[in-house]
Amino acid sequence: MSATTTIAPANLEEVQTAICAHERLVVRGGGTKPALSTTDDGATVLATHRLTGIVEYTPGEFVFTARAGTPLQEIAATLAEHGQYLPFDPPLVAAGATLGGTIAAGLSGSGRQRYGGVRDFLIGVRFVDGQGRLVRGGGKVVKNAAGFDLPRLFVGSIGRLGVVVEASFKVFPQPSQYATVRAPQLTLDDALATIARLNRSTFDLEAVDLLIEDGAPVLYIRQGGLATTLAARQQSLLTWLGGGAPLADEAAFWADANAFAWVPADCTLVKTPLTLHTIPVLEQVLHAHGAQRRYFGGGAAVWIAWTGELDTLDAFLTTLQLSGLILRGAAPWPFIGARPGATLAARVKRVLDPTNRFPTL
Amino acid sequence: MQLGNLLHDLEQSIPAERLLRRPAQMTPYESDALTAFRARPAAVVLAETQDEVIQTVRLCHQYDVPFVARGSGTSLSGGSLPVEDGVVIALNRLNRILRLDPTQRIAVVEPGVINLDVSRAAAPHGLYYAPDPSSQLICTIGGNVAFNSGGAHCLKYGMTANHVLGIKAVLPDGEIVQLGGASLEVVGPDLTGFFVGSEGLFGVALEITLRLLPKPELYRTVLAAYDSLEAAGEAVARVVASGLLPGAMEIMDALAIEAAEAAVHAGYPRDAAALLIVELEGERIQVEAEFAHLLQVIEASGPKTVTVAKDDADRARIWKGRKSAFSAVGRLSPDYLVQDGVVPRSRLGEALATIERLSRAHQLRVANVFHAGDGNLHPLILFNGRVPGELERAEALAGEIIRMCIDLGGSITGEHGVGMEKRQHMPAMFTETDLAVMAELRRALDPGEIANRGKMFPSGEAPTLRSHGPHPLERQGLISRE
Ligand SMILES: Cc1cc2nc3c(=O)[nH]c(=O)nc-3n(C[C@H](O)[C@H](O)[C@H](O)COP(=O)(O)OP(=O)(O)OC[C@H]3O[C@@H](n4cnc5c(N)ncnc54)[C@H](O)[C@@H]3O)c2cc1C
Repeated sequence: MSATTTIAPANLEEVQTAICAHERLVVRGGGTKPALSTTDDGATVLATHRLTGIVEYTPGEFVFTARAGTPLQEIAATLAEHGQYLPFDPPLVAAGATLGGTIAAGLSGSGRQRYGGVRDFLIGVRFVDGQGRLVRGGGKVVKNAAGFDLPRLFVGSIGRLGVVVEASFKVFPQPSQYATVRAPQLTLDDALATIARLNRSTFDLEAVDLLIEDGAPVLYIRQGGLATTLAARQQSLLTWLGGGAPLADEAAFWADANAFAWVPADCTLVKTPLTLHTIPVLEQVLHAHGAQRRYFGGGAAVWIAWTGELDTLDAFLTTLQLSGLILRGAAPWPFIGARPGATLAARVKRVLDPTNRFPTL
Repeated sequence: MQLGNLLHDLEQSIPAERLLRRPAQMTPYESDALTAFRARPAAVVLAETQDEVIQTVRLCHQYDVPFVARGSGTSLSGGSLPVEDGVVIALNRLNRILRLDPTQRIAVVEPGVINLDVSRAAAPHGLYYAPDPSSQLICTIGGNVAFNSGGAHCLKYGMTANHVLGIKAVLPDGEIVQLGGASLEVVGPDLTGFFVGSEGLFGVALEITLRLLPKPELYRTVLAAYDSLEAAGEAVARVVASGLLPGAMEIMDALAIEAAEAAVHAGYPRDAAALLIVELEGERIQVEAEFAHLLQVIEASGPKTVTVAKDDADRARIWKGRKSAFSAVGRLSPDYLVQDGVVPRSRLGEALATIERLSRAHQLRVANVFHAGDGNLHPLILFNGRVPGELERAEALAGEIIRMCIDLGGSITGEHGVGMEKRQHMPAMFTETDLAVMAELRRALDPGEIANRGKMFPSGEAPTLRSHGPHPLERQGLISRE
């Protein structure tokens, strides 16, 4: 990798100037998903760490606006003072992930089970596009149908349509207490059947993760809510499951999940969206290659810690019509597998970044 | 534009009985629920297959003739108004539920499927489709997708966009795209989300993958009466701030209460200036505990009376009054204008006081029935189109309410869309650059601007409104609006 220059604009105008002054740019937030901001062609890195701070937050409104480089940790702490949280559970909070990086990567964590992902909570963005234009989409109220949904367009755009400089989110009250059940399953089929049953049940669940521990499937099911009712709710879940046990120190368990503590240092970390039906086939591949993995969101997606050739995984995903986003590890391009909608994305890209200042999307 | 060639080619591919050309046949398609606008298309294609839609779009593109996709025509903003001498692609017959997978909790539907039919099909599996516009008996999923429609129960789980996982669409230039899929997660830009709310300007959705939710174990519903609209608005702010997360939170004012009572005898307290309905939903144990807390918050907000729904029948009665309120109010007046704007929830009381003041100043009655929990106002401005000057006063009042929404940091539309009606307000919400970029994005998909031409973007001449009245289906009592 050649030496790269980094610029760190401190305000909107500097972002606009920087974009116009550099032919090739890669945006970087906290750098916690390095594969999304690798540069090997001499592009300049535009770092967002000086674009920080919560711009607007009225707790009673359950909406905040913050600059893109603001660390999630700061946002989470401010929200927590008022008993509020980011319900989509963005990963890598403690590692220094930023708000803008989370939007751009389109990442939600295990907690997405309860109310949805980052796309469901982002209500407004301001971004500077590849032509240096400052553009706003959405707004600062929880409901808004005016104009095209540019906020959603930017979810998952990995800094390749423009630089998000500011974003508004709606937030929710945080459950005052959590509890988790650990429920080992005899077979993968049993695990998937239980997930399907849970997904259709009337339990309000914060997280449903499936881990493979020593070759055996284990479900981790998180509940949250009023302290006064949680024990009773957990009991009824245990009865319904007909097995499993409360997990001690559950906060640490989910903090580790958020930090990808289980991912070995030298592997490629990939996110792959899924449906329950696709898990059995994928599971065979991952098992055969000795890849560690963690399914989350009730089977909505998997984090894969891949150690083999990336082309192999790419080929498998393509065959299964699945897509992958590489978050960590050496990769020329962060996308592998199928790319539904790629031609539409390309058309959008030509409007917002006609000179390809940012890498290919 | 080569209309003649287009019609010739359409005749080759669409059976005559489904290619409407005669004015009398096309009358029902000349306007939508914003009845003030009317336009005669050159033809209406009653599509029965996705291929027919694709072919029609491709021909329109080839011959540079504008088209408008149409579901049930219940748009309140003129979204499905035809383009004069263009083609209307009617999608009502494309109404198959292609797949319902209870394990995966998804339904794959064609665009003409009626909103409520999705929940009906899902019900045997204990599932439902959450977004519930009051027009849900009649409006289509395609229309819902185009407008990102909402409903009374969108507070907790969001609007249409939060429930659409994938879309197969034909773009205005004929390209077929598959956006998203069956998973709740995606990688790459959220193109499905980008398509939702594009008001028919990005082409026609052919297949939509919807997320279904399990029916909650328990609903608990409370009705609180207040001495003023402002007090009810402030109660909403208190509930929101209390850390509770209701599934629905709705307000009705005196005029709406009176009308609803006369229409369906919901048992509402008649002497109240405003009613607040709050509903919690979820796991039984949790909901019972939260409900006790909710009642404390409501008691502290100074209500005149508080009524708790004792059973399902009670709950149904409360909602019946609410859901019928709009059409009931409509009957109090020869004409009315429905406004749809959003304010921050903490400023609801202030906004409602302003609307009351504006109503007095313009000497026009305004009824309020709306989604209070997300700050989405629906003032209904009553007037008589036969009295000279009243329509103009009603329009002026509507405009002032929209400006108030913008001034308070809100939006010009929460769920009815921009369509024809709100085009001229777009520059008050967005900068010239914002609008230019949106227009470029549109042209990247539709260089000839043939899809729903004339909508959403501000343009030179704003056609003047004639008088308003209920949608034909409302007159028949088939639907009611909120
Ligand atoms: C009595 C009444 C009550 C209402 N209540 C509510 C409410 O509670 N909440 C709410 O949000 N709205 C409400 N509405 C407004 C309206 O019902 C919604 O906007 C609805 O989504 C429109 O659906 P439709 O099938 O009638 O679409 P149409 O009116 O036929 O079309 C609406 C728009 O969608 C486009 N379109 C239609 N199908 C497609 C497709 N397949 N692909 C792309 N574009 C397409 C059209 O071009 C048009 O721009 C109400 C309307 C009435 C009359």
